[in-house]
Amino acid sequence: MADVDKWVYSAIIKDHFMKPRGFLLGEPKEGEFDSYGEVGSLACGDIIKVWIKVDKETDKIKDFKWQTWGCATAIASASAFAEMIMKNNGMKVEEAMNIKPKDIADYLGGLPARKFHCSILADKAFKKAVENYRKAHA
Amino acid sequence: MTKNKTKRIYMDHAAAAPMDKRVKKAMEPYWTENFGNPNAIYKEGLVARSAIETAREDIAKILGARAKEIIFTNGGTESDNLAIFGIIGGVRKNFSRLPAGEAGFTLPRNAVGSDASQNFSSPRPHIITTKFEHHAVLNSCKRLEKEGFEVTYLDVGKEGVVKSEDVKRALRPETILVSIMYANNEIGTVQPIREIAKAIRDFKKILGVEKQNLSRFTLPRSGVGSDATQDFASPHFGTIFPYLHTDACQAPGYLDLNVERLGVDLLTLNGSKIYGPKGIGLLYAKNGIKLEPLLYGGEQERKLRPGTENVPAIVGLAEALKIADKDREKESARLVKLRDYFIGRLIGEIPKTVLNGHAAERLPNNINVSILDAEGESIVLYLDEAGVACSTGSACTSESLEPSHVIMAIGKPHAYAHGAMRFSLGRSTTKKDIDYVMKVLPDIIKKLRMFSPVNIKI
Repeated sequence: MADVDKWVYSAIIKDHFMKPRGFLLGEPKEGEFDSYGEVGSLACGDIIKVWIKVDKETDKIKDFKWQTWGCATAIASASAFAEMIMKNNGMKVEEAMNIKPKDIADYLGGLPARKFHCSILADKAFKKAVENYRKAHA
Repeated sequence: MTKNKTKRIYMDHAAAAPMDKRVKKAMEPYWTENFGNPNAIYKEGLVARSAIETAREDIAKILGARAKEIIFTNGGTESDNLAIFGIIGGVRKNFSRLPAGEAGFTLPRNAVGSDASQNFSSPRPHIITTKFEHHAVLNSCKRLEKEGFEVTYLDVGKEGVVKSEDVKRALRPETILVSIMYANNEIGTVQPIREIAKAIRDFKKILGVEKQNLSRFTLPRSGVGSDATQDFASPHFGTIFPYLHTDACQAPGYLDLNVERLGVDLLTLNGSKIYGPKGIGLLYAKNGIKLEPLLYGGEQERKLRPGTENVPAIVGLAEALKIADKDREKESARLVKLRDYFIGRLIGEIPKTVLNGHAAERLPNNINVSILDAEGESIVLYLDEAGVACSTGSACTSESLEPSHVIMAIGKPHAYAHGAMRFSLGRSTTKKDIDYVMKVLPDIIKKLRMFSPVNIKI
């Protein structure tokens, strides 16, 4: 009988994977977000799309949502990133832009090296969303 | 999601099957009690030797072969390598003394390099295989390509079945080996080995005649003298090659293994997929085939596989094969019903689910479907949490991060490979197990699709 407690990744990854937080259900409503960003491809096996709402006065992230098609670590890293930037009612955009893939991996309690590049995509999608937002509000 | 903390439902028998208790019992005396080295001439040695030779005879009987045609190895991968590099080594040894061109082709030098192919004045020796072989065969062929051999990777069509006409068309006078698996390990499709064997036989007949007509040699010298090169230099060269090898690791218990009926020259089997021990396999090599060993050492296994024999595992392999052979028809009929029931429910109850591989020309225990807009590793891990073990063609679970070459070979886009799920049933599988999977899987897919940004049109 297999040991039911055995799990391939860290316990934190499992928690985020089984109970993902901060994802968007269905399509966003008109005006719900300011901008979005998308990275990944069907060929790679991971696609992530994120949406952001920014407080114009404070430049804080008022809302952040994601959708991910991909492996357990891709889903967990999206969920973890959402949790990281929405802590204390949302980080400042500049601060969130400084989050590195390694920060997300550390937050998740570590990640196999081969999974690093393909499954930590949330930060890249977020940067694209911010770029789009800055362009639109320049 | 339903959680089942105690019972596990194991549906990955194509990866590894639990060892049968009868196999374990047959092996038991050969660990501590009859531990002798089978190469020793005293009693302990003789007991071990007789266990190996009895196993060899039992296996030979099931394969319709002669005992001396069975070479024990450490598994399927080694057997595939021994078949391919063994044949090539035999050719090298026997052809290297011939002037270029007289053998019908020039042998590549035994070196890896980009210029290896520049030194050929006549056709290079040629190998035929398929795009969806096991990596043991595929990567062996890729290695030989680097050395200057030519390899044809045959298409397997949308259904994952090679056409014998395609093999026929790919055959050349300089083809030395055709290696095509008996049943695919991922999608379970059964290949027409008998038809392929016939195509090769027909080709050899024609080639034999043509060679004789075109030959610069006046008299066949085969069988004359002890120098092996004379055999190969004779106009009968074309009637020796190509050899037909098949990797039959997934076949025991489901398909006919008789090498005469199949018409194969070499056949690979292993223990771990057939409720036998891991770390044991065999290569059937028809009498008269000249093989070079992969390893050098003692004289075990007709000098083709040095090293002290793995006595308990050999005994276990024979026992496992005997059981698989005995229960073949009954167990196959039982599993075909379960397989078709499972496939019907998967496709009927989970939207955007498609079957991979031919619906009927497949192993009785294999189910492989692509579930779109969800990804394989995630599905595997959610199912694992629900108590079900199965596998995926997704890139995420492989070390190379490449998606299944098998799903790609049947012409499906990347997303289908990433969502490919293989359930391989076994002796313990019941309809209840399938009903349980169908109770939890649709909800898992619903959940994964709920936060998936992908919506593939089919």
